[in-house]
Amino acid sequence: MRRLATLLASVLLAALPALAHAAEAIQGGTQQPTNWHAIAMFVLFVFLTLGITYWAAKRTKSAAQFYSAGGGITGFQNGIAIAGDYMSAASFLGISGLVYASGFDGLIYSVGFLVGWPIVTFLIAEPLRNLGKYTFADVASFRLGQTPIRILAACGALVTVAFYLIAQMVGAGKLIQVLFGLDYWIAVVIVGVLMITYVTFGGMLATTWVQIIKAVLLLSGATFMALAVLWKFGFSPEALFAKAVEVHPKHLAIMAPGALVSNPISAISLGLALIFGTAGLPHILMRFFTVPNARAARSSVFFATGFIGYFYILTFIIGFGAICLVSTNPEFLDAAVAAIKGPILGIKGGSNNMAAIYLADAVGGDLFLGFISAVAFATILAVVSGLALAGASAISHDLYANVFRRGQVNELEEMRVSKIATVCLGVLAIVLGIIFEKQNVAFMVGLAFCIAASCNFPVLLLSIYWRGLTTRGAFIGGFLGLISAVVMVVLSPAVWEVTMGHPKGSAPFPYENPALFSMAIAFFGIWLFSVTDRSRRGAEDRAGFDAQYVRCQTGIGAAKASAH
Amino acid sequence: MAAQSYESIQQNPKYRELVRQRSILGWTLAAITLIIYFGFILLIAYAPKFLGQPIGSGVMTIGIPIGVAVIVSAFILVGIYVLRANATYDSLTREIVEESH
Repeated sequence: MRRLATLLASVLLAALPALAHAAEAIQGGTQQPTNWHAIAMFVLFVFLTLGITYWAAKRTKSAAQFYSAGGGITGFQNGIAIAGDYMSAASFLGISGLVYASGFDGLIYSVGFLVGWPIVTFLIAEPLRNLGKYTFADVASFRLGQTPIRILAACGALVTVAFYLIAQMVGAGKLIQVLFGLDYWIAVVIVGVLMITYVTFGGMLATTWVQIIKAVLLLSGATFMALAVLWKFGFSPEALFAKAVEVHPKHLAIMAPGALVSNPISAISLGLALIFGTAGLPHILMRFFTVPNARAARSSVFFATGFIGYFYILTFIIGFGAICLVSTNPEFLDAAVAAIKGPILGIKGGSNNMAAIYLADAVGGDLFLGFISAVAFATILAVVSGLALAGASAISHDLYANVFRRGQVNELEEMRVSKIATVCLGVLAIVLGIIFEKQNVAFMVGLAFCIAASCNFPVLLLSIYWRGLTTRGAFIGGFLGLISAVVMVVLSPAVWEVTMGHPKGSAPFPYENPALFSMAIAFFGIWLFSVTDRSRRGAEDRAGFDAQYVRCQTGIGAAKASAH
Repeated sequence: MAAQSYESIQQNPKYRELVRQRSILGWTLAAITLIIYFGFILLIAYAPKFLGQPIGSGVMTIGIPIGVAVIVSAFILVGIYVLRANATYDSLTREIVEESH
């Protein structure tokens, strides 16, 4: 406990000059009104969550408690936490910003992000809970060769987590720079240090409660904003849309699909990545081990789907509200830019992502602006903590305990390794966040979904449902999916042209999202190298299917919830 | 799990019934989800004009209620699965587990 206290003190000491600096920057700044509300509310959130971490640390004594909160989270709590993991700042600010910029097109993303959840419920949630213990690699390697499959699953998990984490860190730095007036690097360091604190001391229990608190705050804030917008238009969506069509430079075009999805191949490919990526994100899959049984796993997705769907409908209203109330208010516009490019592109700071933030100011004034800013910061913190925990367990549980030590390791040692891994991941995330400051990282979340859909998901799905899957097939096919997804994204316009600066139209791979192709490669590779596998290991893999399937269906022998 | 115990469970007609019911429901609902979603995506790709048609005399287009309906349908499909699973599968599973001892 003394170590926790020392760390708490050092976090606060690190934060104090930063806050003072923020105050200076804000007072001297030209763009942001004094944001003391935001700072005060964020500090409150940090104290509350550090208190929870202290409470959780006292209860986190075993590996089961560290990785899965001892399986003692209820279905409803886990549902909110899953929704929290999924409602990142990217989806709150990004999707409302997309609606603000192009109207209907934003809905296409919301729908895609949501539709993964039914698939998770019908095919993945219960088998995952019945077969696994801490990570999805437990399930994928259940009847297959431990070493190769754990290596594959850990690579898939770590690469997914890395890209997701970089995108979140860079987004966090930029957002906090604007909202709080902090230097970019200070923001990134604060996020990294708090993330390390939550995860190393409080494990899954603290991470889950941080996520629950943030999800409740975010849902309440978004609900208030959407209601305030609707109230201004007499609770008539028609009146809201009519006003938006009138003031938006694209007029009626915002009510119909636009340029975002023009090519059918791109549209289908994006859809596949969004749906099946959801079913392969390691930090989401890990949540199913925190509940006591398959029934709770199933009900947690039900609650999560409800909250996430509700949230996306709110972001749609918020985006339209911002068109009506932000783009018409000179206070939120950069007059020079707006005069040339119109009010939408003329938003202060030049990023659509700010639309929801300014809308908070427009409907709720300074105090509510502070609340939403603090919630956006809290959201990033909670999401990166979940990612760090998933990455750390891939290193400690899959690579260290089961590959390097072949399962011959005691719990305390495994936990120590995962804490060291968390610290290393946190430091790495800070360094990468700073390195990538000036890069365009918008493609990274898409890439994370694409890798999850092309490597983690096919291996997981087929290991549960296909008797013919062998270690060789899963290993080769999984890596083919992983490598092809990364290579095709690098060769796609988003990276080749936008990030690497090659001329427009020169990208060797023409589509924005390669999931259609990389998933096909993964499934075909897994199938081909499984059916042609004549090895003894392959025969053992197939023979193990029946026993696995009985446990998958009935939960007999599944990991029990430990006492708290 | 001992080798003979899973084999005896496999022979249990209740186990077969559980697997049959859950597979049919799970895969059917998954297929419905994919049909609804990719139907929506194909409409966007091939018939954006259809989605952009106004409803009545206002600015509201057909696309918006359809998009919201896709979101709501995801929730309803999950709800159907959870209701069915809670009502049937859990009790069936409990009986199978008890009979296996």
